[in-house]
Amino acid sequence: MCLGIPGEVMEISEEDGVLTGKVRFGGVSREVCLACVPDVVVGDYVLVHVGFALTKIDAEEAARTYEILLELAGAEEGLS
Amino acid sequence: MRYLDEYRAGDVCKRIADAIARTTTRTWVLMEVCGGQTHSIVRYGIDRMLPSSVELVHGPGCPVCVTSLEMIDRAHAIATMPDVVFTSFGDMLRVPGSRGDLLTLRSRGADVRIVYSPLDALEIARKNPDKRVVFFGIGFETTAPANAMAVHLAKREGVSNFSMLVSHVLVPPAMAAILQTKGNRVQAFLGPGHVCAVMGLGDYEVLSQRYRVPIVVTGFEPVDLLEGVLCCVRQLEQGRAEVENQYSRTVAHGGNRAARELTAKVFDVVDRKWRGVGTIPRSGYRLAPEYSAHDAERLFDVDTIVTEESAACISGLVLRGLKKPRDCPAFGKACTPQTPLGATMVSGEGACAAYYQYGRHPGATLDKPVAMGEDDVL
Repeated sequence: MCLGIPGEVMEISEEDGVLTGKVRFGGVSREVCLACVPDVVVGDYVLVHVGFALTKIDAEEAARTYEILLELAGAEEGLS
Repeated sequence: MRYLDEYRAGDVCKRIADAIARTTTRTWVLMEVCGGQTHSIVRYGIDRMLPSSVELVHGPGCPVCVTSLEMIDRAHAIATMPDVVFTSFGDMLRVPGSRGDLLTLRSRGADVRIVYSPLDALEIARKNPDKRVVFFGIGFETTAPANAMAVHLAKREGVSNFSMLVSHVLVPPAMAAILQTKGNRVQAFLGPGHVCAVMGLGDYEVLSQRYRVPIVVTGFEPVDLLEGVLCCVRQLEQGRAEVENQYSRTVAHGGNRAARELTAKVFDVVDRKWRGVGTIPRSGYRLAPEYSAHDAERLFDVDTIVTEESAACISGLVLRGLKKPRDCPAFGKACTPQTPLGATMVSGEGACAAYYQYGRHPGATLDKPVAMGEDDVL
């Protein structure tokens, strides 16, 4: 139910004063309401739930935390 | 796909699982709150990658499961009224109420339609001004902004034939109810990542301090879930009880302000009855009085509904982490996804249905998790 899928914003437009856009998920794209991510730009990744972007995915934070994760698991392995 | 594939890497999962095993010195019971996490855990066999001393119990986080029988019967009653188009997320349609499910009702001629988004239901209303279009507004805080937006736009545009039957539920009061349950076994939580993407961490910091319980806000992919478990076990082993954010690529500390404000404008907090659990104070949303013209409960006069649950079903204990699906004598026998007796079997995200689907029931011929990397996200 709370499934959210990360997708890449391909186009942004405004319909009746509501920010909307086309978001691509792998090979599929669909119309998504972007009203709650007002600073979104084309190329950003957003987390989409029931046709609605909940948040932007923070690319730098993702890279940083994944690096830490790998170090963490690796470092512990070295200690054992 | 970016942000999915790297979080399903089998070798990384193995390394984190090894780190968990090395960190654990005694037994711990962790609960994942969200049904999406339960589904991923059973689907990928995450629980079976953990040392036997770390037990995962499954939380109440499936809104489809916990929607009360009375509300499903109310939906049923509204869907049979003249000129009504009843719209809903697909997984709500097969949930049996006392008078059967909505899918069966559709086969008997009622206009019941599956929509992907509440905004699609609003579009049906715009295109069919002679019909009364009702959307079954269920979900946690994750779904609330989209539902709020549909009602907000309907009011703004004057789409008077659109209404919502609201049965929203909220996560923090349910976690508090679990922690207050006599015999509670839960020592730490994997927090609901997408709920927190909207609402932020504030409520969880209050819970963590009040009950001295570690809460690690966690994503939904195998790497996320294992890292969440590792963070929980570390806190428990070190005697800490804090909120940590494993899912920081998606969850900001304050959540999404625009989404929170929209939700707060359209909905008011109310007491809500949870199927299998009972009424939890201040644990749901209803439409604020300003939006009452779009409130299906007010617009459609439905008689008082009284319902009874199956006596055999132990879903209330499963939802609070006190029992596992296999502890129930009816599991996989009298109770299956085709003939569910209670909350946790009615949707794929319920613990019992997830166990059944991935072959963990009596007489199953397949008892094997899905390989990492297999993908059905859409």
